Amino acid sequence: MTSERVNREEKLPALKLTLAQYGILLLMLVLVAGLWRLQVLGADSWKVLAEQNRIRKVPILAPRGKLFDREGRLLVDNYPSVSCFLVREQGSNIDADLPLIARGLDLDLDQLRATLRHYHGSAAYQPIPIKQDITPDEQAFIAAHRNELPELETIDEERRLYPRDGFASHVIGYVGEVSEEMLNDPRYAYYEPGDVVGRAGIEQSYDEILRGQDGSMDVIVDSHGREVGRAGVQPAIPGHDLKLTLDIDIQRAAEEALGAANGAIIAMDPRTGEILALVSHPNFDPNAFAVRIGRAEWTQLITDPNHPLMNKAIQDQLAPGSTFKVIMSVAGLQQGIAQNLKVNCAGGGNFYGHFFHCDHHHGLLSIHEAIPESCDTYFYQLASMLGIDTIAKYAHELGIGVKTGIDLPDEMAGIMPSTEWKMKTYHEKWYAGEVISVGIGQGAVAVTPIQLLRALSGVASDGHMVRPHLVDASQVPVDFERALLDSYPGSGSTVVPMNPDTWMTITDGMAGTTQPGLYHTAEGAHLEGIDFAGKTGTAQVVGGGDTHNRGGAKTPNAWFVGMAPRRNPEIAVVVLQEHGDWGSGSAKLAAQVITAYVNKQRHEENNLATAPTKPVATGQQAAYLPIPAPMSAAQPASTMEMAAVWSRPDKVRQTGHQQESSPEQMAVGGFQIALDHPEDPIREATPEGLPQTAGQRAATARKPEAR
Amino acid sequence: MQKALGYRDFDWLLLGMVMLLCTLSVFEIYSATMHTKYIGFHIKQMYWIGGGLALMFLLARVDYHRLLDFAYWAYGACILSLVAVRLVGTRVMGARRWVRLGPVHFQPSEWVKLVLIVLVAHYFANLGCKRLTWPDIFKAIGLVGVPMLLVVAQPDLGTALTYFPILFIGLFLGGIHWRQALLLVAVSLVVVVGAWSSGKVVKPYQKARLTSFLNPDADPRGTGYHLRQSLIAVGSGGIWGQGAEKGTQTQGNFLPIPHADFIFAAFSEEHGFVGAFLVLLLYFAILMRLIQNAQTAADISGSLLVMGVVAVLTFQIMVNIGMVIGFMPVTGIPLPLMSYGGSSVLFTFLALGVVMNVRMRRFVN
Repeated sequence: MTSERVNREEKLPALKLTLAQYGILLLMLVLVAGLWRLQVLGADSWKVLAEQNRIRKVPILAPRGKLFDREGRLLVDNYPSVSCFLVREQGSNIDADLPLIARGLDLDLDQLRATLRHYHGSAAYQPIPIKQDITPDEQAFIAAHRNELPELETIDEERRLYPRDGFASHVIGYVGEVSEEMLNDPRYAYYEPGDVVGRAGIEQSYDEILRGQDGSMDVIVDSHGREVGRAGVQPAIPGHDLKLTLDIDIQRAAEEALGAANGAIIAMDPRTGEILALVSHPNFDPNAFAVRIGRAEWTQLITDPNHPLMNKAIQDQLAPGSTFKVIMSVAGLQQGIAQNLKVNCAGGGNFYGHFFHCDHHHGLLSIHEAIPESCDTYFYQLASMLGIDTIAKYAHELGIGVKTGIDLPDEMAGIMPSTEWKMKTYHEKWYAGEVISVGIGQGAVAVTPIQLLRALSGVASDGHMVRPHLVDASQVPVDFERALLDSYPGSGSTVVPMNPDTWMTITDGMAGTTQPGLYHTAEGAHLEGIDFAGKTGTAQVVGGGDTHNRGGAKTPNAWFVGMAPRRNPEIAVVVLQEHGDWGSGSAKLAAQVITAYVNKQRHEENNLATAPTKPVATGQQAAYLPIPAPMSAAQPASTMEMAAVWSRPDKVRQTGHQQESSPEQMAVGGFQIALDHPEDPIREATPEGLPQTAGQRAATARKPEAR
Repeated sequence: MQKALGYRDFDWLLLGMVMLLCTLSVFEIYSATMHTKYIGFHIKQMYWIGGGLALMFLLARVDYHRLLDFAYWAYGACILSLVAVRLVGTRVMGARRWVRLGPVHFQPSEWVKLVLIVLVAHYFANLGCKRLTWPDIFKAIGLVGVPMLLVVAQPDLGTALTYFPILFIGLFLGGIHWRQALLLVAVSLVVVVGAWSSGKVVKPYQKARLTSFLNPDADPRGTGYHLRQSLIAVGSGGIWGQGAEKGTQTQGNFLPIPHADFIFAAFSEEHGFVGAFLVLLLYFAILMRLIQNAQTAADISGSLLVMGVVAVLTFQIMVNIGMVIGFMPVTGIPLPLMSYGGSSVLFTFLALGVVMNVRMRRFVN
């Protein structure tokens, strides 16, 4: 510690410091000599070089990657187009030329001036886009005025061509010019003003993959801006194509089902999280954005009270209504309460000193009737027994109040109230009585359609929750995928542990919903021959009563989450109709989508649909087979039961009358497969008469897991 | 014995000259970025300078002997942070140099420089600056060499090279014999030539960058491009310059990064030989003032500290301006007090804080 202070009295030899001073002086003189040589002796020749040094960079725009559906059908294409740019050169007076330019290119003079002002601060060599997608006439104008208007430059580029009528517009999104605030965001450091960037949907979330890399051409120009030669070309690297999980056929069925109603439909494969269809209505025409969108059109889009730019499938946060009863049932059964709970519904019940209504006088019922009949009284009672925090715990596990992490921008998280939540949000205590309305999915509970779909189909899949997605991760680099998961956070794929009885009871209850029966809420959506299960929801809106005039501002929102088959479903569909009145109406739309899916399956080659596996009750009343519960603990884990949808051999089809095929000819059921040879489970498990190729597709898609 | 020190003994003349350079820097950054996407960086630079001043005054308050006592701990932390960059650093343009701490990106290799100055001063002051034995020399080389190799591996050859003058001045003032020095130079020449021709240590792009200054016209659109544009900028400035905000090379975006590494080229283009000469004069005056502070320091460790700062600043000025006028390869070393950049500004002011520190305590004994 004190050792260095020994040398306190000593000093460095002055000679060495003086030497350092002279050394620095010498080096400085060298630099001065260098400057003298360049700036005094060589100035004239360098000035000539500076004058010649006018290389204009002309961008070569990279075409964006195309989008395909899951079967490789083209969804988003590019088309060749010509754009006009204005290149500023020092000394030339562009302002004087503007009226001529505006006339020739059919532009508004004031708007043109505004565009130039907008680019005032950007690099001088950078061309300013003044009109995109110009007509042949305008191209001819530019060619004819080459000498008067040397500052005009045309560039060939590829523009986006989207499906018409807003088909899948909320999935695809749109591209547009990069905005001011994006340029200030380090994530968009790649971009320069005027660049085109994905602004919504897949175009935004996968922008980095789709965009490619612009090239450039160095054009040598003289002091008047005329081209005198080319110095080099850096070719553009086109963007990568992407294959979506979307199925155009299912998407079309979903779009047709929703029709003109405001709301959303999503179809998902709950085994993988692949989104097969996603519709949000009203939609918009992305083509309007591809060429710069007009001010009037834009104003109309953002002021429309129905929010056409909002992706309702992932952003609409609404009370789930009775669909929430599925989550209540999970909580009730897992807590061991609901199994033995019997409630007598007399058109409602008294809780915490208030009378809460139910839609019918259901009489005495258990959980087995309460789900298909959607009895409010039963769930009021269950909610009061569970308490808010127990409900919130299960709801959170099932992803309510948490983003799902779907790979689309700006997903909303919804709200799951709890005592802690209320304290944080309102700094108020939770009143026990508030739990009653939460029990039927009202009160502060708010969900997005995608959340609800993931939760309910997850329950039907033995608690296997998935991360919904539109692009399979195998198509993108690992780094990108990781960054994507970071920027679209969500609960992802998890397993919520569940007693076999819990999800068996609930799925049977949901299957009952679409079966004919007194008070069954979706019997009108019954699909003969398809194991179609689901849950309706008729969610009152804030300030709304039971005014059931469809479309009115106080009319309830109509929900339905449906799936087929009831256990380990292959397809699950959520339907939301804003102010759509009863959930039973939404159930019919879901039935249309499920029917489209099932019908499609049977037309596929190499599908189970070509060969029945079990003696199915063909075409008769009992086409809907009860599935024996496979999971009792005593059963050896070496086999598992699989559910499947298929059709019987189609005589109608063989005689060439394809259009007569109907969903009644579809069948559903289960069969056992052995797990001893996981590499080839089907061969071992082939039920009598099943050809080996058939079924392989369906069986391998479902990961065999011993539970 | 330590009394409360006022800022009466602060080197206000030095600070005045430094602030004059900083003002020139802010104006030139404004001029050079006004037509680029870096517009507004002069404001950021002012914030950095303000922060640097605050740090300088803070550092001046702590007795430099306490800094010296702390040297080995700080050195250990440096090595750790360099290893951390290697493991968890952010990759920017192919090199891992940055660590992210909350919202701030941090480049540890800059402050390693400062710690090395203190460590080398501490080391040679302990040896008494009389006669160096070979083990003394090798230990010094090892102390500087380890962080240097870590930074070379980032890869950031430019910053690693700035550690070298610290070792050089330490050995020179620490009392190396001219025979030892000659032998070292001979050996390192052999090593450098070996590394160069083996083709493994120095990457081809680094080689190309290092040699292109010899003949920039060979490939005017490739590696020689930056250098050529820089030469055109400086040369076309002439005696009086093209005027502020009027340099065609700077404003036309021909000059690469005209607000950072090539700011001297931008300045020379717009203000000519006269302006560039005045800036060099200012640098010379600052360096002489620093050496004067080294002469008046209370003890040998104080002198060594100040001389370490002198060595680094001199090296950076020479290499940067040398690069701009075509005497040196393009290495990406910023010009102290002029180039835009938070790490560089903060380092320079911290280094000046050390100098102020030594000066303020020159009568304390």
